[in-house]
Amino acid sequence: MKRGMIDFWVGLFAAAGIAALLFLALQVSSSSSLPATSSYELSADFENIGGLKPRAPIKSAGVVVGRVSSISFDNERYVAKVEMAIDSRYHFSKDSSAEILTSGLLGEQYIGITPGADEKNLVNGDRFKVTSSAIVLEQLISRFLFSQGDKANNSEQ
Amino acid sequence: MLFNFFSRLGAPLTNVLIKLGFACRFLIAIVRHSGSCLLRPQLTMREIWFAGVLSVLIISVSGLFVGMVLALQGYDTLQRFGASSSLGILVALSLVRELGPVVAALLFASRAGSAITAEIGLMKTTEQLSAMEMMAVNPIARVVAPRFWGGVISMPLLAAIFSAMGIFGGYLVGVHLLGLDDGSFWSQMQGAVDFRLDVMNGIIKSVFFGFAVSLIAVFEGYDAPPTAEGVSRATTRTVVTSSLVILALDFILTAFMFRGV
Repeated sequence: MKRGMIDFWVGLFAAAGIAALLFLALQVSSSSSLPATSSYELSADFENIGGLKPRAPIKSAGVVVGRVSSISFDNERYVAKVEMAIDSRYHFSKDSSAEILTSGLLGEQYIGITPGADEKNLVNGDRFKVTSSAIVLEQLISRFLFSQGDKANNSEQ
Repeated sequence: MLFNFFSRLGAPLTNVLIKLGFACRFLIAIVRHSGSCLLRPQLTMREIWFAGVLSVLIISVSGLFVGMVLALQGYDTLQRFGASSSLGILVALSLVRELGPVVAALLFASRAGSAITAEIGLMKTTEQLSAMEMMAVNPIARVVAPRFWGGVISMPLLAAIFSAMGIFGGYLVGVHLLGLDDGSFWSQMQGAVDFRLDVMNGIIKSVFFGFAVSLIAVFEGYDAPPTAEGVSRATTRTVVTSSLVILALDFILTAFMFRGV
């Protein structure tokens, strides 16, 4: 085979490979990790994070506004400290609250932000004052069972 | 008696170690002599044509079929849980993370790797390599290095083509044959597949496989006993060894990449 033909076919092959990569990049995947320049850090303390994981989404009104960047345990106050990276396009007022929610019955856990009414916004490094922990299914069930037991006791008396 | 036992026990092990050491020395020699083959890319171009372009057909056809089978099988299981709209995620993640790099590398080892081994082995048998040395042409720079780099360059491109064709096949079966919704197929897939974490890790895997398969192919050819039987055995060994190395490397790389955070 002539040299020019080989170059032509190799060029076509490289173009096909790059086209396949572009297809994988644009049509198949999305890059969920926010670039470092366009996000700011907020933190929140939770008594129980349940099954929350790093890179879990942070949603407000159902829209993804950021990602959990790290989770650590605060050994002074015995709470879980969650760092989040929020897209810098979105701002939340100072009295917003953060809660850990579950998508569906068995779905992944995420942080939901309910905006407050304060005029000042949270800025880089701030902390959510109001948080509510993840609902742990076992605790719910045991609470329900105990309340049933109490009812039974009361009716016997 | 006892000495015989130990020497019989030790001989295969020593042989393996000697071979491994020779392979390492061989790799260093290839890297040392690859400057000239990168300066004159004509030889490498021919090898990319030989190893890459000629494998495109088998890679894309197998990718298409693997994707279509994945979609059929995945749909069958997913619809039991009422989750058939997640079919796109299943097809894309399994192809991009695992099947794309691994199956493309297995096909590449049997399609191109065996051919490289046979070619170099036959060159050695017909004393073409010795003739080159007589003419002060280094056979590693002239014959081995271009084939090695041709394989290394082709492998990631082939894996990307495999994954893309597989996802296209999954789309054909899922949307056109099984009647899933077009929009939710793609949007759920985009929501679940991360470019850096899934696609890039798949490509990194295929680069590793490319290095491993190409090295094994050129090494077995260069190391083959210069007889007809030797070449045939070397060709078989290339396919067997590279398949095992691909699967073992895949486990190690997966353990590094997807341990679950």
